[in-house]
Amino acid sequence: MMLQTSTRQLTLGQAINSALRRALQEDDKVLLLGEDIGKLGGVFRVTDGLQADFGSDRVMDAPLAESGIIGTAVGLAYRGYRPVCEIQFDGFIYPGFDQIVAQVAKLHYRTQGAVRMPITIRVPFGGGIGAVEHHSESPEAYFAHTSGLRVVAPSNPQDAHSMLRAAIASDDPVLFFEPKRRYWVKGAVDEDAPGDIEHAAVVAEGADVTLVTYGALVAVAKDAALAAAEDGVSIEVIDLRSLSPIDFDTVERSVKKTGRLVISHEAQQFAGLGAEIAASVTERCFDYLDHAPVRVTGFDTPYPPSALEDHFLPDLDRMLDGVDRALRKPNSLTDWKADE
Amino acid sequence: MPTTVSKDFRLTESHIRQEDVVQLVTPAGVRVANPTFDPWVEDVGPDQLASFYEDMVLVRRIDTEATALQRQGELGLWPPLLGQEAAQIGSARALRADDFAFTSYREHAVAWCRGVALPDLLRMWRGTSASGWNPYDVGVATPAIIIGAQTLHATGYALGCQKDGVDTIAIAYFGDGATSEGDVNEAMVFAASFQAPVIFFCENNQWAISEPVRVQARNHIADRAPGFGIPSLRVDGNDVLAVHAATRVALQRARSGGGPTFIEAVTYRMGPHTTSDDPTRYRDPDELATWQGRDPIARLGLLLQSLDVDVDALDRAVTTKADETARALRAGCLALTAPEPLSVFDNVYTGAHSWLDRQRSQYAAYLAQFDGEA
Ligand SMILES: Cc1ncc(C[n+]2csc(CCOP(=O)(O)OP(=O)(O)O)c2C)c(N)n1
Repeated sequence: MMLQTSTRQLTLGQAINSALRRALQEDDKVLLLGEDIGKLGGVFRVTDGLQADFGSDRVMDAPLAESGIIGTAVGLAYRGYRPVCEIQFDGFIYPGFDQIVAQVAKLHYRTQGAVRMPITIRVPFGGGIGAVEHHSESPEAYFAHTSGLRVVAPSNPQDAHSMLRAAIASDDPVLFFEPKRRYWVKGAVDEDAPGDIEHAAVVAEGADVTLVTYGALVAVAKDAALAAAEDGVSIEVIDLRSLSPIDFDTVERSVKKTGRLVISHEAQQFAGLGAEIAASVTERCFDYLDHAPVRVTGFDTPYPPSALEDHFLPDLDRMLDGVDRALRKPNSLTDWKADE
Repeated sequence: MPTTVSKDFRLTESHIRQEDVVQLVTPAGVRVANPTFDPWVEDVGPDQLASFYEDMVLVRRIDTEATALQRQGELGLWPPLLGQEAAQIGSARALRADDFAFTSYREHAVAWCRGVALPDLLRMWRGTSASGWNPYDVGVATPAIIIGAQTLHATGYALGCQKDGVDTIAIAYFGDGATSEGDVNEAMVFAASFQAPVIFFCENNQWAISEPVRVQARNHIADRAPGFGIPSLRVDGNDVLAVHAATRVALQRARSGGGPTFIEAVTYRMGPHTTSDDPTRYRDPDELATWQGRDPIARLGLLLQSLDVDVDALDRAVTTKADETARALRAGCLALTAPEPLSVFDNVYTGAHSWLDRQRSQYAAYLAQFDGEA
């Protein structure tokens, strides 16, 4: 059967909505569970219209209890359902943390493979929208650190759509981090494109430095690559997409070509994904590296008040500064060599 | 199970007041009339009571043997159920094969009733595998060590049953300590909101390791559920017949769309919390002695005697069976060996995971270096 390819211009939020709709249509074991996802359509309107179309039995407004949302999803998964949970904001996932890391992540292992946990947990994450505290966090490293979970973060409407469909189809539990400040960004979405929650994408080719990032910072990194090109520096930008597993083969290929690595994420630096990527790439590509891997990240502070978030968040200039460091450009303000 | 209990039974708070502990058999083995609950067990005759008796003796023996195996270094740990046999047998024997139980770590008798094979009871405690059985084979989830987590799983499972349009139910077993955990309270919120066909079965064994129940609750634990919109029962947890009746009431409510029920089975842990625990540090010997006087097995034996059952003959038959069971348990335990090393990487994910696969092959290569060494 020839599938009609249906490419539409959608915002990232609409792309997720359309992926949820497809999943609900195609598999009656899929159900959505979250706070305010029904009539309201979620605080970001991502589930808009789904309860009206699929009923409150499939699109369930949950009591305000994150552990309850995840824990009942575990029981539903035991029973053969494929729950898609929405955590309203990144900072509210912690009450559900125990159920995620101790139950969802481990039950397949604990039962020697007998029980599957095809649970998708959607989390709007990251800053840049001027929100109050607990509304701008990047908790992905906690989950990437947990064996048994898959952790992914799309950066554009197409990936948001196809990666979510792949996440829901996966028999493994998936933490699906949605870059909330990109919810309103439009892009072409082929709703029949196959999903990929394993592989990174090279989103800009370059020869001098590899810049690895994910989520909302991918757009910033692409801008940084354009700006650097004007100065004759060629940046290769990699959108990780999957944070567990990390597609190190793609990163390795790029670093072996460029010899330099910059990693950028919004999350705090200490024990973050950047540390893992730096260590793994160093293990794999030591002989190819012309400079130690450089991290450009949020600070090791709680997420600051929104008046300060522009300082906290890596922006184009901080990324370029990181690139300068990796290139040992003497003019770099934050060149750590200056400490010596 | 012949359920002649399709009464139009409406469990309301006025029916069951907090002072009432449902008891159908006194510690002296005397059957007491209870117009509300008698109809729920009118079909339970001497034969079935004798089979409960057998179950209870067997699981006590399994428990004793497992404790001995731990003392002999064959198990890493064992949490004894001594004293809680009636609560577990009385409830689990009321379940249907398609029902699903979510337990904590102490419900060996529930697992036994569901048909878990003897060595499988020990796997986790011997450390040869993460859990002992396939949950779908026996209708018991893998035990939860995290206190209270399983109550949410039971609620979710029950929601699934409701969505499937079947009258299968889920039952969650947990302790008095667990009722302080957020998960148990969240489970009650979810169950009440969605009218999930779930039974919350709290074995109030008076202690959470060293903490007496009064650290968890000022009032009776059963009093908490009505606040969530869930009717509750307090039942004498050492009275197998009363527990059976109460569970049937809850099952009937759940199967007929009546929603969740909370049962507080008032019982006592007569042994230590686990084989690592020393209850003499925190527990008054007089308290233990009082509860030993309410032993669930002795009580049922006395009742059977009053029903003209030849308890001596029953005891002889059951003892023989218990001896065989203990032997089989021991043999099964000793036969459990460590799985092959690379299986540590199995079942983390359902399929490939490039990172983990790399670790597996690196470790395989590392291990291969030692091939051929003595
Ligand atoms: C979340 C969590 N906290 C603490 C523990 C350690 N712990 C194991 S058993 C136990 C006491 C539980 O008491 P209760 O719920 O009454 O059950 P019982 O052991 O009496 O059957 C504790 C504190 C745990 N397993 N999980």
